[in-house]
Amino acid sequence: MDTNIVEIDNLSFAYDKRPILHCINMRISRGKVVAIMGSSGCGKTTLLRVIGGAVRPTAGSTRVMGKDTSKLDRAGLFEIRRRMGMLFQFGALFTDMSVFENVAFPMREHARLPEGMIRDLVMMKLDAVGLRGVAQLMPSALSGGMARRVALARAVALDPTLIMYDEPFAGLDPISLGVIARLIRRLNDSLGATSIIVTHDVQESLHMVDYVYFVSEGRIIAEGSPDEVRGSRVPYVKQFVNGEPDGPVPFHFPAMDFMADLAGGQS
Amino acid sequence: MNGLLDALAKLGRSAIDRIWRLGFACRFFLYMFLHSGTAFRRFRLTIREIYFAGVLSLIIILVSGLFVGMVLGLQGYDTLQRYGSSEALGVLVALSLVRELGPVVAGLLFASRAGSAITAEIGLMKATEQISAMEMMAVDPISRVVAPRFWAGVLSMPLLAALFSAMGIFGGYLVGVQLIGVDEGAFWSQMQAAVDIREDVLNGVIKSVVFGVAVTWIAVFEGYDAPPTAEGVSGATTRTVVTSSLAILALDFVLTALMFTGGNAK
Repeated sequence: MDTNIVEIDNLSFAYDKRPILHCINMRISRGKVVAIMGSSGCGKTTLLRVIGGAVRPTAGSTRVMGKDTSKLDRAGLFEIRRRMGMLFQFGALFTDMSVFENVAFPMREHARLPEGMIRDLVMMKLDAVGLRGVAQLMPSALSGGMARRVALARAVALDPTLIMYDEPFAGLDPISLGVIARLIRRLNDSLGATSIIVTHDVQESLHMVDYVYFVSEGRIIAEGSPDEVRGSRVPYVKQFVNGEPDGPVPFHFPAMDFMADLAGGQS
Repeated sequence: MNGLLDALAKLGRSAIDRIWRLGFACRFFLYMFLHSGTAFRRFRLTIREIYFAGVLSLIIILVSGLFVGMVLGLQGYDTLQRYGSSEALGVLVALSLVRELGPVVAGLLFASRAGSAITAEIGLMKATEQISAMEMMAVDPISRVVAPRFWAGVLSMPLLAALFSAMGIFGGYLVGVQLIGVDEGAFWSQMQAAVDIREDVLNGVIKSVVFGVAVTWIAVFEGYDAPPTAEGVSGATTRTVVTSSLAILALDFVLTALMFTGGNAK
């Protein structure tokens, strides 16, 4: 059995002619929880979209569960996505459906199951994220953290092989953040799945992931286990992990000389 | 000279953009048409949208129809009685409504009430990543979200236009017969004799189906193509109402020219 769920070779991607990703190489093994870290706008969400087949790379290949997603047609992509789950940044719950219907949605669309079985499965998934009690509520009645947990239950509704998380910790209070982090690890291990987390939340992520890739300006600049990352001498990684305000990522946005600016604004 | 060239280039770019977008809308329509199986196989999805697009538009359609009919009764009587033909009021009211005002005004109201709602809903689903989530769950949003809304609009529009016309005729009857005192027998019998099921009623129904296709197509396309921002969705909603209204009026002229002028020319 192939041990790598995701294999990315020399991948580059550009929106129109604006380059976003350059020469990315990644190997993500079965059963691992892997984080892709980097500051906002560095291309990490685009990388996730390439893995999910939402956009096609300009060069290189992306093999997911043995299939090159850049060469698959729409039917082929849908086939592979049935074995994927994805948690969006703000949950992306369907606002016209109750929590129960949201979690039941993938089951109703892809599995011909009797209603009683769907009910049992939905309740099991909701129980796993601790929200069986809100099954009949509408998404608008949930807090941000609860919505994220419901979306997590929906993402694992069909027991996926690969689960992708786009900024799962963004905008959460510390309690919800801890709950989501523990759930990601627990669900990954209990389902025997593989998880990819795109995040810039260093401290929480380093506690729960097996491997980290650091992306800056569309390139992988460092990678390793959480301990290796903590001890990294790469200036960008050091600045990122320690949250330093200045370093390779400067505090000041590039501008003309300050004195010249004060003296009259002539560059 | 350079200014003129720039203006020409800008005009050309805008024309190319519009033609490109029209081509995209046509491809979108074709794709939606070919992926409409879900809308009929799981008809409950379409029925749900018929409720939102059709049933919830009933109040505005019925009330507007009633008032349009009442105004037609007043204005029609005022003109007809000058020629001693006030008994033909029923014919005037019915033909105006069934041929023109029913489909056109109901279409305009439908575009404002349901078309704008469809665009805003699909646009917001896109802005909040619900459409992307569906794609990632291997569910085609065009067959699951767009097609049921499109067919719901196409099915609702003729029914709403028919109800608008019926309500309008009732309004004309209230004003003409009950308020002004036109003979009731003449009102209904002349209407019955003059309104032809094929020439008038069927042509009116055809118009309302065409308007239903146009309005709902524009509404779902604008929603699906909306930039995923608050400004993008609001712009798309406005475009739906403006483009649909213009499309209804232009199509009405074309359809009327094809349907009724041909009959007179014989």
